[in-house]
Amino acid sequence: MRYLPKSPAERNEMLATIGVGSIDELFSTIPERFRLREALKLPGPYSEAEIIDYFKQRAKESSVGYSSFLGAGVYNHLRSVVTDTIIQRGEFLTSYTPYQAEMSQGTLQAIFEFQTLICQLTGQEVANASMWDGSTATTEAVLMAERITRRRRILVARSLHPEYREVLRTYAKNSGLEIEEIPFGQDGSLNQKTLESALGDDVAAVVVQSPNFFGVIEHTPTLADRVHSRGALLVVAVTEGVSLGLVRPPAEADIVALEGQSFGLAPSYGGPFVGVIATHEKFVRQLPGRLAGQARDWSGRRGFVLTLAAREQHIRREKATSNICTNQALCALAATVHLTLLGKEGLREVAEQNLAKAHFALGELEKIPGVRRAFEAPFFNEFTISLPRSVDAVNRLLLREKIVGPLQLDAFYPELPNHALVCVTETTTRAQIENLSSELRTAVALARETQ
Amino acid sequence: MVYPTTFRYTKDDEWVDVKGGLGTIGLTHEAQCRLGDIVYLELPALGTTLEAGKPLGVVESVKAVFEIFAPMSGEVVEVNGELKDAPEKVNSDPHGAGWLIKVRLKNPAETEALMDAAAYQAYATSPQREARH
Amino acid sequence: MTRTIRNASRHVSRNEGLIFEKSSPGKRAFDLPPLDVPAVDPSKTLGRDYRSEGVADFPEVSEIEVLRHFTRLSTWNYAIDIGMYPLGSCTMKYNPRVNELVARLDGIATEHPFQPQDVSQGCLKIMRLLEQCLLEITGMDALTLQPAAGAQGELTGLLLIRAYLEKQGNARKKVLIPDSAHGTNPATAVIAGYEVENIKSDSHGQVDVEKLRELVTEDVAALMVTNPSTLGIFEQRIADIAEILHAKGALLYMDGANMNALAGVARPGDFGVDVMHLNLHKTFSTPHGGGGPGAGPVAMKKLLEPFRPIPVLVEKGSGELALENDRPYSIGRVKAFSGNFGVLVRALAYILAYGPGIRQATEDAVLNANYIRKHLEGVFALPYSLPSMHEVVFSDALQKANGVNTMDIAKRLIDHGFHPYTTAFPLIVPGALMIEPTESESKEECDLFIDAMRAIAAEAATEPDLVQHAPHTTRIGRLDEVAAARKPRLRWSKGNG
Repeated sequence: MRYLPKSPAERNEMLATIGVGSIDELFSTIPERFRLREALKLPGPYSEAEIIDYFKQRAKESSVGYSSFLGAGVYNHLRSVVTDTIIQRGEFLTSYTPYQAEMSQGTLQAIFEFQTLICQLTGQEVANASMWDGSTATTEAVLMAERITRRRRILVARSLHPEYREVLRTYAKNSGLEIEEIPFGQDGSLNQKTLESALGDDVAAVVVQSPNFFGVIEHTPTLADRVHSRGALLVVAVTEGVSLGLVRPPAEADIVALEGQSFGLAPSYGGPFVGVIATHEKFVRQLPGRLAGQARDWSGRRGFVLTLAAREQHIRREKATSNICTNQALCALAATVHLTLLGKEGLREVAEQNLAKAHFALGELEKIPGVRRAFEAPFFNEFTISLPRSVDAVNRLLLREKIVGPLQLDAFYPELPNHALVCVTETTTRAQIENLSSELRTAVALARETQ
Repeated sequence: MVYPTTFRYTKDDEWVDVKGGLGTIGLTHEAQCRLGDIVYLELPALGTTLEAGKPLGVVESVKAVFEIFAPMSGEVVEVNGELKDAPEKVNSDPHGAGWLIKVRLKNPAETEALMDAAAYQAYATSPQREARH
Repeated sequence: MTRTIRNASRHVSRNEGLIFEKSSPGKRAFDLPPLDVPAVDPSKTLGRDYRSEGVADFPEVSEIEVLRHFTRLSTWNYAIDIGMYPLGSCTMKYNPRVNELVARLDGIATEHPFQPQDVSQGCLKIMRLLEQCLLEITGMDALTLQPAAGAQGELTGLLLIRAYLEKQGNARKKVLIPDSAHGTNPATAVIAGYEVENIKSDSHGQVDVEKLRELVTEDVAALMVTNPSTLGIFEQRIADIAEILHAKGALLYMDGANMNALAGVARPGDFGVDVMHLNLHKTFSTPHGGGGPGAGPVAMKKLLEPFRPIPVLVEKGSGELALENDRPYSIGRVKAFSGNFGVLVRALAYILAYGPGIRQATEDAVLNANYIRKHLEGVFALPYSLPSMHEVVFSDALQKANGVNTMDIAKRLIDHGFHPYTTAFPLIVPGALMIEPTESESKEECDLFIDAMRAIAAEAATEPDLVQHAPHTTRIGRLDEVAAARKPRLRWSKGNG
């Protein structure tokens, strides 16, 4: 087998050195009745060419060749080939967690740069080396707020990504946290009145997303003032990191939970992505996940090292800030490379193109009879529209025209029937937008006829 | 190491120095030896009520973290502010400048349950002693 | 003609600074296609939420500087591609490159998790086949591919147990964890809402079965066991352990980190395990990438199937595959979307390469570990003498006499061209040296490792100083971790360096 560097002669030599007659003897500690006598029933063995062929066949049953208007926490953005060139280097791809600093300075310095970039983007003081994704980062941010304030009530915006809210509920069930939802207002942003009446001295955190699930931008300073006046913490989740190129960062938030998928990671049917938590320096000891810090060696040379490890599971065990061990290191590296390639001006330009194209698309779609913009508040690259008929029916027709239509919101928000979430990024061409517009016009008319 | 005879000691390597109704609490030389270079201490806020034998805070070195247990019960009336920026004082002068907190004692008789310097001296490095947890 | 030859180590690649230190306004590394729609004025569209000044101090460099910067950084790393990483319980095996190619294919890397299932059958088929393969390997009845890492798999497993016991009427209070366990085990139990009760290992480093019998009451929800243990030794009384738990209505959770000793040879489902997680980034070759990503699928017996996290992969009557969320007894969602799909693709590619021959990898892994053990027994102290499987744990007891400890030996190993083994774990072995070569090491590499370890043992006896101040040949020496932890500097700032 090509992955096994042993010849039969070498195996025999090694067995002889050990002093056993066969490899079976080395498994003698496994009770006889548990030792398999037959090979497992698995497909293969496949040669390299057959492996590639298997996946190429699967890749045929996909959305390749379709245009897509889906966002909702996973975004299509331009990615440079340079990113892959770097993360495919064996020294990054096949290296381990940098516990032995002298042999892992490449990884450690890259993490330090990642932490810095995230701080710059979010306006926060410290950031960790990654969490599994935005949904678990948001959850861990809430747990962090609970540890800091020692309070139990959590107010969560209904406009926080539905799947993020589900993950939070799964974790909260066993930690004694009480989760309450705060609805969105007419304009799509958080209902401030309801927030005000729900706030109390027993609230640990208020969790909002910006831009929120409907694409609407929440104004952090106002929220922060209100939340802080009751001694609670403001947690802001950001699922579309590119927005930070043009939109005011949530600097007034106490904890930011960011999903970094937009920074150089392919959609890849849902993962692997990269979550990060960024916060104020005073909360650093409550921050979960790894942290790379600057250090000097005996001769004064600058290096980097994993630090404040006493927070983590391998030292703190049952009192750890989190159980996280393996994180999303290589994804964080991809994000780091991507962000340094974009640079200050590149990020701004990408954001400007997203803003322009999304607003253009809205303009085109609003021309269709019966299609209405659902929320008046400012948006970045996603917006919500209402259709005169079922989004599902319309999307089925669009799919026939090789368009993956906007996300139907009914299943997540029964109070928003026939609403759809449209996402437009710099990768969407004008021709695709115009095509969506004309096909949607037809589909809306058709759907109306058949109902 | 000669342990101050006026102090009393716990099995978890804390010391308490009782003067009047106040007890000054710290970690022993043995504790800081086992911990190595201390990087951070989590100490209770002023006014916190402590119960003898229950954790009052946490001490961290680079590779380990241990709970600090209250030798006696009472209310925290002073916290050593220098330790925030200079936790190494606990290493260099654990029985002096490295004191942790001062407590208004609830029940001075609790000292009877603690070891005196001679007993602690023998206990600190004995192989039968309890492991730090 | 004479020329002075300059010392190559003065070249900047040995002293590469931070990317921010190369930044200069006006440099750019990225161009976009021109905007094909009318531009929009962000100050008007975004109003008070407009970030007019852009991201302060964000780097501005050129494409070649980015490429060189990260290439230079990479040369400071060690990697499996370079040589053996004998890290215990990490299973640092070869990361097959074909896995990287297939994960990047259009039609796989490009798919959106919310797209219609009509155009997702390819992805769903991949997930289904992987599920079937992992069930065959573990001998279990049902699986979830959702957890993003081993620790999340552990949490999922415990939440499944909790849900099952709750349905029976009593979620119970405690989880028993051996003192040899990995730190994620107790950390996870607490998050799952359980109290941790540590159970001391016996004199052979195995679960103390008589102690277990005493401790298992109706307050105990489960025992979390690693098998083989973190000492690399098979829990020979695993069947008794399962029986004791089951008799009191408790369940057996297995941490599957050491599956590299079992795949194709024995199946946890056969020896009484109720639920377990797998680490795809260990046994199943997906790359460690400097710390992640991984994936921690959870395999379970039928009794836990109704509680699986959503979404659940199902096959509809028409033969079409779908992800379903409507599961009344599910523990809920553990992660947005549907698992670390890109990692799942790589794991399946690995399994397809081996097929039924996967046993050979396991055999070679155990062969290598025992070969190394044979050569180093006597050179280093062996605290537990039961036969090793895929990893062996020594201690620094012999070298300690000269003031040399496991960390020192590990650092000196770097000078010999190897990444250190796992130091100071498991906790039940003071001064542990935990060595797992994996099946990816040739006899030649194993021999080089053995020679290096022998040389260091000799140095520890005759020149302990050399070992205590190692490494001597790396770009930087041991870093002052104490200062780093006392005054943490966790980011670059302009003006601060």
